[in-house]
Amino acid sequence: MSIFEYNGSALVAMVGKNCFAIASDRRLGVNLQTVATDFQRIFKIHDKLYIGLSGLATDAQTMYQRLVFRHKLYQLREERDMKPQTFASLVSALLYEKRFGPYFCQPVIAGLGDDDVPFICTMDCLGAKELAKDFVVSGTASESLYGACESMYKPNMEPEELFETISQALLSSVDRDCLSGWGGHVLLVTPTEVQERTLKGRMD
Amino acid sequence: MARFAADAPTRGGFSFDLCQRNEMLLKKGNQLPTFRKTGTTIVGLVFEDGVILGADTRATEGPIVADKNCEKIHYMAPNIYCCGAGTAADTEAVTDMVSSQLQLHRYATGRESRVITALTLLKSHLFSYQGHVSAALVLGGVDITGPHLHTVYPHGSTDTLPFATMGSGSLAAMAVFESKFREGLTRDEGIKLVSEAICSGIFNDLGSGSNVDVCVITRGQTEYLRNHQLPNPRTYVSSRGYNFLKGHTEVLSTKITPLKSKVEAAAEVDAMEE
Repeated sequence: MSIFEYNGSALVAMVGKNCFAIASDRRLGVNLQTVATDFQRIFKIHDKLYIGLSGLATDAQTMYQRLVFRHKLYQLREERDMKPQTFASLVSALLYEKRFGPYFCQPVIAGLGDDDVPFICTMDCLGAKELAKDFVVSGTASESLYGACESMYKPNMEPEELFETISQALLSSVDRDCLSGWGGHVLLVTPTEVQERTLKGRMD
Repeated sequence: MARFAADAPTRGGFSFDLCQRNEMLLKKGNQLPTFRKTGTTIVGLVFEDGVILGADTRATEGPIVADKNCEKIHYMAPNIYCCGAGTAADTEAVTDMVSSQLQLHRYATGRESRVITALTLLKSHLFSYQGHVSAALVLGGVDITGPHLHTVYPHGSTDTLPFATMGSGSLAAMAVFESKFREGLTRDEGIKLVSEAICSGIFNDLGSGSNVDVCVITRGQTEYLRNHQLPNPRTYVSSRGYNFLKGHTEVLSTKITPLKSKVEAAAEVDAMEE
């Protein structure tokens, strides 16, 4: 069994019209046993920048702590928040530093950049960035998520429609993956507000 | 104190902290993950006025296509570009690193970078990691000494060639080059031949796919033709798409946080009192 399948995870981020949504499942498992159904995978870096970390949960938490540390240092030095593109480069560098003994996590970064232009990107566990204009996926359910997002995604969706689409893509994909699911957690960020919702899903 | 120091921005280079832990996980039966590779077809050829580089745009993660339109032609210097095949993180990191080193060198010397400089920096880095940094590159550019095209292998060996192909689709592309290449091609003929070679890789090699990127480098000018050809449009596009009505998804709880817009405090300058 791959190290990525130890805890199980599903993450997806989508771009809408001047907004973005990032969603994750809520299961934390140890191989095939479920240990928690309220596990947080999406973390806030600042008001308009979120990072979701899939893969080994311990590495995800360690990565998050290191990133928050670096971002706080940046805020002290620069007296402003990091732009999403800069943050993505930071995450990539931190991951590549461990090239020969990597962190087993795959980040999904989503943020609103200058002029509230949404930015999403994902990386493999070594930090190879993939900038997408539509959606990015990560986790054990990634293969189903690719399929679901390819068919359900439409460009320039308004926030309400984006929320429905990302939720349906997440829920239908985790239903086809044993290791993820047990509900969903969706964050929808527009220039004026952040909407955080928990979804009702199959608990199996 | 030592623990804080470990988290502060490090001096650069690789860190091997987690190697012991990862070895332990391997022994316990967990397999190492597959890294994103660029299955790839990358090519380069020398034509009458300079160099043309070409690449496909598919990035794979095992058998799955992770990115349908990634960029494999990396910038090294205004007159030097490099296509990368192998582990995606390695090709990106090594080309970024050498690009920065070339920039610093340009500041120090005040001259345009030479292709041979980039080549030496790349090969010495790759050799020192004995092939573990898995980057196979096609480096091309035009400098004061003329047009140059080189291939760099993950272990650090290099070749200087009039036409070159690398990656999983290299045999398909080389077949096209071997039959149609000749010295002194014109710009249009060169672009057409490069596109044909990449298409050959896209259609015949499973690790390559999607679109054709071309980069034409001549003395004093570089043209990066991103998505020069798109031979694989989406086949099944539903005009209606999915329509989920508002309220379709069952929500357990909602929390809405308004974001305060950050206002720049106008610096009020008080006149100094005499």
